Amino acid sequence: MENGVVVCTDKLVRKFHVGRTELVALKEVSLEFRRGEFAGLVGPSGSGKTTLLNIIGTLDTPTSGSATVLGERVESLSPVRAASLRSRHIGFIFQTFNLLPVYTAYENVEFPLLLLGLSSAERRRKVTDALEWVGLADRAKSRPTQLSGGESQRVAIARAVVKRPELVLADEPTANLDAENSHKILQTMVGLNRDLGTTFIFSTHDEKVIRYLRRKVSLVDGRVAEDRTLEPGEVRSQKLE
Amino acid sequence: MTILKLAIRNLRGAGIRTWLNAVALSFAFVAIIFGQGMMQGMNKQAEDASVAFEFGGGQYWQKDYDAYDPLTLEDAHAPTPSALESLARAGKAAPILVVAGSIYPHGRIKPVLLKGIDPAQKVVALPTAALADTAEELPLLIGNRTAATTGLEVGDQVTVQWRDADGAFDARDGRVVEIMQTSVSTIDVGQVWMPLARLRELAGMEGEATIVTVAKDERKPPAVEGWSFRGPEFLLSDLRQMVKTKTVGQVIMFTVLFLLAMLAIFDTQVLSVFRRRREIGMLIALGMTRVQVIVMFTLEGALHSILAAVLGMAYGAPLFYSLQRNGFAVPGGDSWGFSLGDKLYPTFTAGLILSTTVLVFLVTAFVAWLPTRKIAKLKPTDALAGRGT
Repeated sequence: MENGVVVCTDKLVRKFHVGRTELVALKEVSLEFRRGEFAGLVGPSGSGKTTLLNIIGTLDTPTSGSATVLGERVESLSPVRAASLRSRHIGFIFQTFNLLPVYTAYENVEFPLLLLGLSSAERRRKVTDALEWVGLADRAKSRPTQLSGGESQRVAIARAVVKRPELVLADEPTANLDAENSHKILQTMVGLNRDLGTTFIFSTHDEKVIRYLRRKVSLVDGRVAEDRTLEPGEVRSQKLE
Repeated sequence: MTILKLAIRNLRGAGIRTWLNAVALSFAFVAIIFGQGMMQGMNKQAEDASVAFEFGGGQYWQKDYDAYDPLTLEDAHAPTPSALESLARAGKAAPILVVAGSIYPHGRIKPVLLKGIDPAQKVVALPTAALADTAEELPLLIGNRTAATTGLEVGDQVTVQWRDADGAFDARDGRVVEIMQTSVSTIDVGQVWMPLARLRELAGMEGEATIVTVAKDERKPPAVEGWSFRGPEFLLSDLRQMVKTKTVGQVIMFTVLFLLAMLAIFDTQVLSVFRRRREIGMLIALGMTRVQVIVMFTLEGALHSILAAVLGMAYGAPLFYSLQRNGFAVPGGDSWGFSLGDKLYPTFTAGLILSTTVLVFLVTAFVAWLPTRKIAKLKPTDALAGRGT
């Protein structure tokens, strides 16, 4: 990764075919994200935020152009290599939490570590730490159905960061949460970004999230309409509003 | 190993659904073992009885004798070869003379096969000693089925008629000295046993025999000119064929039962793949490959069969043990077409249980895998959005 660049897209195009109609979700998107950024892809529904996030997360491939994530070209990654990249270096947070329903909070957070083949003692230590970061150490044995929306999302955050990934992708993480829980979640993520140096990229159109961002990339109809770094004062003043 | 752990964890998490499937599959599992054990027991019991009472270690047939053609009986007799006489004297063979005849119980005529056998023989388990321990001029031994159809009882006198070696009809009055209880109908139905020497004398066939049954432990019967040796494999082939025919019906029944259980597994898997689309997407997002997800789902399904085996053994083992030890009454008696006795003792071997477990596991794994093929075509982005499949 040159100069701390974690993600680099170059003239990225993603087309979908819906019946006979061709839908262009991303139109020549060129962007760079550096290590430790707390950035957001902002825009209305259908602007291409989630599509871009999926490509960065190696869950999808571009139709043309290129995307380099942590030094790997997404368009030429084998499924196994892509799975390995996700498993080791990328954490995901989704709007609908996507917790594994039959697992407890502890087991959900433990899951990525199981895939990495860590020892039981190491898993226990890391899961306990992660649950403490998100303030849910006392809910470790609860199943997703026994958790509130805010708690579920905090478990999802713990699951995303437990393996200390270099990159966390959060797709509308606060969309299903009330204002109070949204702020708690965002403060947790700001703390993790600060303490662990993890790069966070959000996709959102939620003002509550935008106020916490240090970089805002606005997407409109699949194109980058604005890419702006928010000054510390600007971020702070937004939060105080 | 991790995938197996995850599959087990998922099964545990699914709770009652897992157990319902396992219970349904365990019924099929126990039923298959029971059915196969019953058939194996039936086969063994019938073969053992036939060997003990009729076939011994095999039979020499006089060259004209055809067990399936009664018309051959007229010519199917010849002097017992010296080699076989020596065996008989050593107690290792029992010559049997078969002559077509009739008896007249209570004034009715009944065609029978008259069979002469040495009362002192120990080659087959017929209670022929009863023919020796009597002062009767013509002692007769019949089986319980013949006794039932003729109405004859021990001590009854009955007229016996036959054609001698020259084709002349002759008759004598004989007395029933013993009614044997036997499960082997082929030595009973339509047959009347008497001392060999007496039948040879009455039929004018001195020193002759139709069949010579050799002892079960006689390993290398000698080749004898004019006589064909029929080994146990040949003699039991009809019986085995009959058991096989009966088995087909049972197999169909158990297959249907098994298919129903498989349908439950298939259904669960289809539903599981459909309902867990988001989860599948999440698993891929967390770093699993599609192949790993497919293996995990397949293992989840296949593990039902392990649970079913454990569950089935928990309640099946005491049942099988009891049945194998105590047997159970078989309705239908002779209607099965072969000797079974009053009780059937199923045979549950380790091989049967192991092969059934492996079969159930493999079939369950296959059935569990079928619906998961959809996962291979599922895009993770669609799965995460709850679309696809």
